[in-house]
Amino acid sequence: MFAYIVRRLFLMLVTLFGISVIIFVLLRVVPGNIVDILFDAAGFVDPADKANLEKELGLSQPIVLQYLHWIGGLLRGDLGYSYVSEKPALEEILPRIPITARLAGLALLFSASIGIPLGVISAVHQGSRLDYALRVVSLSGLSLPSFWLGLLILMASVSMFGTMPIYNPNPRTWLEALSIYAVPAMAVGFRSAALTMRITRSSMLEILRQDYIRTARAKGASEASVNYHHALKNAVLPVITVIGIEAAFLIGGLIVTETVFNIPGIARFLVEALRWRDYPIVQNLVMFIAVVVVVVNFTVDMLYAAIDPRIRFGD
Amino acid sequence: MRSVQALAVVLLSVLAIGDASAAGEGKSGGIFRIYHRDSPGSASIHEGATYSLNVPFMPIFSNLVIFDQHIAQNSTDTIRPELAESWAWSADNKTLTFKLRKDVKWHDGKPFTSADVKCTFDMLMGKSQQKFRQNPRKSWYDQVNDVTVNGDYEASFNLKRPQPALLSLLASGYTPVYPCHVSPAEMRTKPVGTGPFKFVEFKANESIKLVKNPDYFKKGLPYLDGIEFTIIPNRSTAILGFVSGKFDMTFPTEVSIPLLKDVKSQDPKAICVVEPNNVSTNIIVNSSAAPFDNLDVRRALALALDRKAFIQIMFEGQGDIGGTMEPAPAGQWAMPKEMLESIPGYGPDVNANREEARKLMQKAGFGPDKHLAIKVSTRNIAVYRDPAIILIDQLKSIYIDAELDVVDTAQWFPKVARKDYTLGLNLTGNAVDDPDQSFYENYACGSERNYTNYCNKDIEKLFDQQSEETDLNKRKKLVWEIDKKLQEDVARPIIFHGRTGTCWQPYVKNITVMSNSSYNGYRYEDVWLDK
Repeated sequence: MFAYIVRRLFLMLVTLFGISVIIFVLLRVVPGNIVDILFDAAGFVDPADKANLEKELGLSQPIVLQYLHWIGGLLRGDLGYSYVSEKPALEEILPRIPITARLAGLALLFSASIGIPLGVISAVHQGSRLDYALRVVSLSGLSLPSFWLGLLILMASVSMFGTMPIYNPNPRTWLEALSIYAVPAMAVGFRSAALTMRITRSSMLEILRQDYIRTARAKGASEASVNYHHALKNAVLPVITVIGIEAAFLIGGLIVTETVFNIPGIARFLVEALRWRDYPIVQNLVMFIAVVVVVVNFTVDMLYAAIDPRIRFGD
Repeated sequence: MRSVQALAVVLLSVLAIGDASAAGEGKSGGIFRIYHRDSPGSASIHEGATYSLNVPFMPIFSNLVIFDQHIAQNSTDTIRPELAESWAWSADNKTLTFKLRKDVKWHDGKPFTSADVKCTFDMLMGKSQQKFRQNPRKSWYDQVNDVTVNGDYEASFNLKRPQPALLSLLASGYTPVYPCHVSPAEMRTKPVGTGPFKFVEFKANESIKLVKNPDYFKKGLPYLDGIEFTIIPNRSTAILGFVSGKFDMTFPTEVSIPLLKDVKSQDPKAICVVEPNNVSTNIIVNSSAAPFDNLDVRRALALALDRKAFIQIMFEGQGDIGGTMEPAPAGQWAMPKEMLESIPGYGPDVNANREEARKLMQKAGFGPDKHLAIKVSTRNIAVYRDPAIILIDQLKSIYIDAELDVVDTAQWFPKVARKDYTLGLNLTGNAVDDPDQSFYENYACGSERNYTNYCNKDIEKLFDQQSEETDLNKRKKLVWEIDKKLQEDVARPIIFHGRTGTCWQPYVKNITVMSNSSYNGYRYEDVWLDK
């Protein structure tokens, strides 16, 4: 097990190094930089002014030097300064992380707490009307884009209640605080819930046909015990994998959801930073997201090993 | 100094006092909540070239003079004193002297003096050691030799030649006075002004907060306790926020005509106005390469435009046809209708125009069997993209098969500068309804926003001639002549001048939306909430 963990940790570091190089190079390959954007509306200006600003921001240095400067700073905890706000990048990024973390956490919670039970119910009642209804719900969850769902929710709440759950940094009531996060979390988590439900259902159906399930029933175990204790425990492995992957993909959905619900989290901030070619913000944020994804994957692998002894012993 | 002008200044000062007393009916208190369409790049008005900066930050500052905030049409007649108590032109019209107020303090408590005026304009002219990161309106002060001070409360602008438009340029929302003791870098992040509101915080992509300045030099103002801008780039969310009552006002001049209908249907009590905003939608033509290096092809392009169709499709008929200068009645410098219609392509018979265009195209070697294939490049923003698509459709009528080429903002200007385009769909906003601002910025040889590198020395002489002219009627005639020539030269064919809407809740008082600029009307010192 120890060797397995060490190898996974080493792979994590190699992956992160690779990602850092890719992010850095890709950002600079994309045409246009912050100076082009700043001077865009101003029109034709003295090229010397542009060159001065590029020098001031360190953009005129060779790309390798720029990379080393960034990585060196990152290792020292110095993320540099935002080109746009001229504030330390850390100061810009840190306050936004809890906002997105809360939203992502709630979305995943929604996805698991809705998707897994409904998937089990659907599998247990295979072929029934309930099963068909739940499959329609899951299909719609997979096919509805989250921005459309988000806008629909906002329009419905304005039309029905005369108000809307958009972000407020200082909510007055707990209900308002909950609605600020819960509604967008549901909008973005609906797709994940649908996927989780489908995976749980198919995994459960496979397990429910196993011999040991028949044995458990023959031994007189209750249906609940068979379904939740014997079957679900074994069916949950692919579900964990999917939730892990979904956690990584969630950032894409959050960009749209944060924009529609006007939540000042890191996903929307990343898009704005990209628009401005604010390299220090973009590269540090993408690196942060990469770390989260890699750590989540690592955790999923560890969970696998913990749940399924074949993985750690086979290693 | 001319006595008539001095008398006018006194009269204007009296008028300004009258205004303030009228505003005295307002109720104090409350936070004015507005949504903002995007996150401005910084808080420094002098370093920006978008009104996304003026709207939230103009309330922090004061100018020497300012366009009356309650008269929709900006003109020299509506210029009011602000940090200046009065102003006067010298007899030769080459020196503009301002007497400054003595009761003004910066938000950090330091006194305002003439040194701040000199600092600000020295920096704008690129004459000081401190530099702006970018200085997009440097050319506004090309005719200013220097700014001199006489004691702490008098400053003079010494000009190379008469330029009556200077006063209008100084009255724009783009021309606040900055403090000497605060660096340009600090002004980008924590601006210090003398205006009715103080800067509290600017959270990028989130919000901008201003608070009442209790030491504002206009006693009794401002009425509001503060202004809060919530940054909502998604237009649908922003409008829903307004109709649900989360905001007191929409972002100014940002509600499109179709959206305005939605707002009125969902919030019938909302007060909405539609005004021209002195932004023209135009075509930039790469005349340095084939096929548009051929004047006949350029003329055919100008003749192919059905301007009314653009306005009908995009603004449900609520737009204006004109030349470079904003059309009347909102625009002060628009050429008379008969003169406009005499320009090729502006005549009312679109079919006849297009017939003529087809002949020109055939002369240039194109026809029904040999279409010209080009790309129309534009930014990937709806207000650019939509008219580009209509343009592509209209070009089909003159044997041009065009394809849309949408370009990311970061790549747009480098692409234009490289001349890597054939036709471009462009928007040109004018901060001041004055030919000096428009002509020199957009059409002078080598000027900042002369994207097509159009250069006509004869016309440039006329630019100077109108700029020096102190007789308003004579100047207007010169301006019309120039505008007509620019259109005939197909320098940058103007398609239309759009109109946009602004909505606010009925309890918001004293809002005036300017009709010939989107850059000058956001001081908000006497706005109040009748709640």
